[in-house]
Amino acid sequence: MPIDILMPALSPTMEEGKLAKWLKSEGDTVTAGDVLAEIETDKATMEVEAVDEGTLGKILVPEGTDNVKVNEKIAILLGEGEDASAIDTASAAPAAAAAPAKTEAPSAPAAPSPQAPAQETPDDPEIPAGTAMKPSTVREALRDAMAEEMRRDPNVFVMGEEVAEYQGAYKITQGLLDEFSAKRVIDTPITEHGFAGLGVGAAMAGLRPIVEFMTFNFAMQAMDQIINSAAKTLYMSGGQMGAPIVFRGPNGAAARVGAQHSQDYAAWYAHVPGLKVVQPYSAADAKGLLKAAIRDPNPVIFLENEILYGQSFEIPDMEDFVLPIGKAKVERGGTDVTLVSWGIGMTYAMKAADELAGMGISAEVINLRTIRPLDIDTVLASVRKTGRIVTVEEAFPMCSVSSEIAYQVQEKAFDYLDAPVTRVTGKDVPMPYAANLEKLALPSVPEVIDAVKAVTYTA
Amino acid sequence: MAATSKTTSASSKSTSRTRSSAKKAEPAIAEFDKEQELHAYREMLLIRRFEEKAGQLYGMGLIGGFCHLYIGQEAVVVGLQMAKQDGDQMITGYRDHGHMLAMDLDPKGVMAELTGRRGGLSKGKGGSMHMFSKEKHFFGGHGIVGAQVSLGTGLGFANKYRENGNVAMAFFGDGASNQGQVYESFNMAELWKLPVVYVIENNKYGMGTSVARASATTDLSQRGDSFGIPGEQVDGMDVRAVNAAAAKALEWCRSGKGPYILEMITYRYRGHSMSDPAKYRSKDEVQKMRTEHDPIEQVRKRLIDKKWATEEDLKGIDKDVRARVAEAAEFAQTDPEPDASELYTDILI
Repeated sequence: MPIDILMPALSPTMEEGKLAKWLKSEGDTVTAGDVLAEIETDKATMEVEAVDEGTLGKILVPEGTDNVKVNEKIAILLGEGEDASAIDTASAAPAAAAAPAKTEAPSAPAAPSPQAPAQETPDDPEIPAGTAMKPSTVREALRDAMAEEMRRDPNVFVMGEEVAEYQGAYKITQGLLDEFSAKRVIDTPITEHGFAGLGVGAAMAGLRPIVEFMTFNFAMQAMDQIINSAAKTLYMSGGQMGAPIVFRGPNGAAARVGAQHSQDYAAWYAHVPGLKVVQPYSAADAKGLLKAAIRDPNPVIFLENEILYGQSFEIPDMEDFVLPIGKAKVERGGTDVTLVSWGIGMTYAMKAADELAGMGISAEVINLRTIRPLDIDTVLASVRKTGRIVTVEEAFPMCSVSSEIAYQVQEKAFDYLDAPVTRVTGKDVPMPYAANLEKLALPSVPEVIDAVKAVTYTA
Repeated sequence: MAATSKTTSASSKSTSRTRSSAKKAEPAIAEFDKEQELHAYREMLLIRRFEEKAGQLYGMGLIGGFCHLYIGQEAVVVGLQMAKQDGDQMITGYRDHGHMLAMDLDPKGVMAELTGRRGGLSKGKGGSMHMFSKEKHFFGGHGIVGAQVSLGTGLGFANKYRENGNVAMAFFGDGASNQGQVYESFNMAELWKLPVVYVIENNKYGMGTSVARASATTDLSQRGDSFGIPGEQVDGMDVRAVNAAAAKALEWCRSGKGPYILEMITYRYRGHSMSDPAKYRSKDEVQKMRTEHDPIEQVRKRLIDKKWATEEDLKGIDKDVRARVAEAAEFAQTDPEPDASELYTDILI
């Protein structure tokens, strides 16, 4: 029976990749361990090795093909004594291992683009009218932001695990070593506590460090330096000495990486006076806010998301696009309910708004962009208009950012509320590994829709 | 110069090192000239008298919170201060008053910070453990044991990045020397050849726990051995020994060879903080150290013996120092508390 060779998943978040090159041709003998092909993901070029032996019977996906889905059949391997005549049977049969469902629940519309529909998107006040837009992934936006700021200010440097020669564990620092040399793009040992403290010391001495954590889960090791040294020194020195530093890296759940690699820390950092906390959603957020963070004279916690890294958005084609920290963006205008979210939570909010529009409910979606300082005024202005608010975030519910928004809204817009402030959050459990449980632990579009139906009394 | 010190380095690592205990001052120590002796005397006496006054104000309820006195350890910071160059930085933990005075910060500002007044170095918002001066290259004043070691390594990193030829001195105690981030910092400092002198002020007790009860190996100068960082033990009660070792260590760092560890064998006469009754050691132990090894008495004796100063001269110095401290104490008690509006300033720039 011929064996199907499937497009492999090469990282927790990979959904598709480019079949860059075949290293074996049809008719070649293959033994286990032979490199068959090279696959390019958005993070790296990886080799695919044969698991079984036989003869490469047919190549189904030619080299150079982009966007090959994980688990798509890419070739057929013939066993001993089999010939090409066996192939037809093989390709007719369904692939042995079906692709695990990675798309949304059936109710979700077919792969909507992350951008909101054009008509409902208010102009971004930060982008001059008439500015040309261009596509960019969040990953490219972050890299470009750092590169631009490093060109602008020789005191800016980036340090972290695998940021230089490896080009970034998630390829955010790709190309920076070549341009800025090992003096300014620094591979550290795996010592978060130590290099976070070193970075803060360098910042106190006047440099502008960007400290990358491979994930913010590892920043727990460095918590003391971030809180006690970076956040408090300005105050404790009576304003003499602060720490102009950016701590950045992926935060929150990626995909199936379990409890210790999946936590969203926004609320933790947002709790502390002396820090600014930024959580971008789109590529434009990522670029404009990271540039602002690097220029900011205060310590800034910059919470990225691994799943968003590869997503593409339109960003303004401007020489120096900087967004203000502490200013939310009305991502989509609406009249019936206010959805407030930030970071990857926005993907649920935007999809839900699309579906709600189909049900005749007009949702205004606010992208907070910054968690601290919190732009509550933009939220309040919307709530005073809609009378209803649902917050959406992936973090745990207890003492979450949603909790704070709920408090401030009831304090400052109590008389405008026509329904209780409602939130959709991650569940109050450590992140499970099993695919079905992980999905249950995270918010979902149907949950957002249900919450909106509840507050609009349309359930 | 370092005849009484033991040095190891990456190139002279040995598995059969002999253990040595703290050394007493020996004749081989590089002698100070008259000016150096007088300078050391004045500086150490200022710290001593300042700390005595701080202890007194604490007892009167004028200083709140924690207050960690440096009495007994004066030769350490003064010996290093005398060897440093302009622009070299110091950073330390919470026992920081002596370092600030040695870095030429105004005693009035330090004392007023202790009493939480608006004229304090941190406007009364930092307290005993948290004072800073960018102008004088003093980077705190840190309340979390060991944090200053990573931060100080960052100061060294900045020196190397800027190629300014300066060296950072990161002070920490025997207690902090068991913190994990100390070793993370050692590793990076040697890996990147950062100009940092790690000054371990071994005063024999981490709060109430003796070094032997807290440390699997008690020769702390060798704690950089696995990273190839040279280290030596120094008689931290003899300002000349400290100064000589500091000069050597600073030169090592300044010439691009990487970090250096100095373990200063020293002693604090008072408790860990003002609220520590110090029952973990005998009165005799303290008394013996005071009478036989006092850092200030050693200098005083040499000044008299060599006829570089008369009793009258030294009394004059003492009087000047007492006047400065009295002025600081007066200011610290009369300066107003910070305005209530200061509560919300200096959180973000």
